[in-house]
Amino acid sequence: MGTRECGRFTSHSESGPGDGGRTGSWRVVRPVINLDLCIPAKKKTKACFVCWLYCPDGVITREIPPAIDYEYCKGCGICAEECPAGAIKMVDETSDIKEGGK
Amino acid sequence: MHIIETGNVAAALGVQLAKAQVVAAYPITPQTPLTEKLSELIELGEMDAEYIPVESEHSALSVCIAASTTGARAFTATSANGLLYMHEQIHWAAGARLPIVMCVANRGVGAPWTIWNDHQDSISQRDTGWLQIYASDHQQIIDSVIKAFYLAEKINIPVMVCYDGYLLSHTYMPFEVPEQKKVDSFIPPLKSYYALNPDEPANLNTVTLPDVRPDIHGKTAHGYMELRYLLHEGMIHAIDELGKVEERFKEIFGRGDNPYIECYRCEDASFIAVSMGSLSYQLRDVVDQLREEGIKVGSAGMRLYRPFPDKAVVEALANVKGVIVFEKAISYGFCGPLYSDIKSAIYDNKNRPFVHNYILGLGGREIKTGDLSGALKNSCTENMSRTQEPGWIGLKI
Amino acid sequence: MNAKTTILNLPEEEFVHPGSRACSGCGLSIAYRIGLKAFGKKTLLVVPPSCLTVLQGLYPVAATKLSCINVTFASAGAAATGVLGALRAQKRDDITVAAWAGDGGTGDIGIQALSGAAERGENFVYVCYDNEGYMNTGVQRSGTTPFGAITTNTPIKGKQQEKKDVPAIMAAHGIGYVTTCSASYPLDLFDKIKKAKEISGTKYIHIHIPCPPGWGFDTKDTVKMGRLAVETGLFDLYEIIDGKFSLTGPSLKISEGKKQKLRPVKEYYNAQTRFSILDDSRIDYVQEQINRKWKEYFKK
Repeated sequence: MGTRECGRFTSHSESGPGDGGRTGSWRVVRPVINLDLCIPAKKKTKACFVCWLYCPDGVITREIPPAIDYEYCKGCGICAEECPAGAIKMVDETSDIKEGGK
Repeated sequence: MHIIETGNVAAALGVQLAKAQVVAAYPITPQTPLTEKLSELIELGEMDAEYIPVESEHSALSVCIAASTTGARAFTATSANGLLYMHEQIHWAAGARLPIVMCVANRGVGAPWTIWNDHQDSISQRDTGWLQIYASDHQQIIDSVIKAFYLAEKINIPVMVCYDGYLLSHTYMPFEVPEQKKVDSFIPPLKSYYALNPDEPANLNTVTLPDVRPDIHGKTAHGYMELRYLLHEGMIHAIDELGKVEERFKEIFGRGDNPYIECYRCEDASFIAVSMGSLSYQLRDVVDQLREEGIKVGSAGMRLYRPFPDKAVVEALANVKGVIVFEKAISYGFCGPLYSDIKSAIYDNKNRPFVHNYILGLGGREIKTGDLSGALKNSCTENMSRTQEPGWIGLKI
Repeated sequence: MNAKTTILNLPEEEFVHPGSRACSGCGLSIAYRIGLKAFGKKTLLVVPPSCLTVLQGLYPVAATKLSCINVTFASAGAAATGVLGALRAQKRDDITVAAWAGDGGTGDIGIQALSGAAERGENFVYVCYDNEGYMNTGVQRSGTTPFGAITTNTPIKGKQQEKKDVPAIMAAHGIGYVTTCSASYPLDLFDKIKKAKEISGTKYIHIHIPCPPGWGFDTKDTVKMGRLAVETGLFDLYEIIDGKFSLTGPSLKISEGKKQKLRPVKEYYNAQTRFSILDDSRIDYVQEQINRKWKEYFKK
């Protein structure tokens, strides 16, 4: 089956996630949120969300608590760096393996 | 309505009748009067279009590309170095499959500077994926512009209408200005296959990979090569489409001919002189003169240059002993481009004729009818070698 | 006077899909994501070759959710003009046209078309995202690369010329709105885009974009780096509205602050490996320039 089926004769792209593939595979460290320190989680109210604001890839939600989409998170570490409560730690991706494959 | 006006005005009136919506142009001799006429028509309210005085030719075609992508009928015009300056965009418009029409008032290219006529400018664009139509008089200019808009929008390939700078652009000739009503019935309003809009988002002409890749619907989308193939395929279909356009034009406006190669006294000719633009009409005088002397010669003017109408050319040159190609361009170190195209088209002809090449008129060098007849006679009588180096007519070195 | 947007009332809708090919920690990703929230759905984008071309995706998948026409490097200003011409011809006046170009596509190869568009007063928003180099092609120097920066084509001696002041060039065109922003202050950027949309004529927005691989710092420090540029007084956030200059946001705060303190520019230079060959005399010279400039700001 050739490409003529796609019905186009120009370079016409439609929007969808993952153009770069599973960009979560890029990272070597992953952000983990400590809900005891996270301000909106602790206060159970809409507050802070600095991590949501600064995430370059928009993989953190503005929810209580914020949720991270690890499928696409590139592990840049900006959320951890900017979190005013120090609630986000960048954890080594291989730490699971080190601890006996959990 | 018949009027006596310049070739540039003929082109401008064609654009007005075709109801172009966005005109972007940068002044360059000898195209300027065309765009001046359009800006006058627009400012007087006689043409409902946006006139955008851009700051360069590259921007002129950039504006047309973006306007056409957004669903407006777009037009620009240029010559020589202006055409070369927009070269990148010429490729872009074809690859983006946009129905843009452009007039080229043919002029020689620098260095060194020249403002006079030859065909090197448009000939050097022959591989860009644009259609190229050459006009030989003012009626052909205005008619070709109107046909160009219709054809471009039918096949989604841009069209270049070329006519000789000064020889046609600035000279006065009588021609018929078609009625607006008839042009409206000939060219329907533009209906883009896709016009950029917020309601149907798309990212156009981004980086396209060497190989194919699934789209968001899971279908295998084209790679770059497939898109290029589709342009090539479109150009091949354009040859037949042009024939249909010519018939349709004849039905509505009452005039039409061979849209590929215009033949004069070729039916019983033993030799045919081939050329493009106004030169083919000048060669008719030479043909008449040589016929008086008993030499059975004809003149054929290429109308469609790209895509090269090889079938029509083969048919026109089927029964001759010799083909003599006169052209105002050269592929340096080799021969004239039209000559090599023709030679390759008739390669498989039974009883293949000899093909001779003459380069002339570069940078507007005057083409004397006496020189033409001398060269043509020479090729038809004394020197009928199979092939030869290009001869140069009017060279004073 | 409109209230400033906060994180809590910033619109939630995203206009960029995750999983783009932008680098990890890309400053442009932040600016673009928040910037598009300000532009909204009824926007047509014009994008010349640049990092954004790659961020937006390769055919046939688009990471961006808005319609966009990719154009040649030199032609962003002209392409925006063409889109506007078509919209006028179709009598559609409810669509914003936004060009997003890099520093090269704006101040170097793109300057002719941009200048022409500004001179004609074309009604669009032109956003220059300035990561101070040709980053998409691997970190070559551009007109806006700062003096002394190591790039791949100034690999030993660093750039020998000063940073081109493109906002000043645009202001000299007499357009109604020129502003500088930073990826590190996305809410300020959001408000300025919203403001620009309401103004007619050509609007120019210049965003300072920290680039981890191009500038030589860890991906986690992107926001910090842009902030440092502003806090050292090296990159000022301002607006020029109908020719009138005023500092805005954090730069304004610094100028009005009781302490009137700027962080030493040495901190900014030391944090990026691209400035590793800057010597003390150069750093002192820059500090002097900054102090002189800010003396005027503090006075006002």
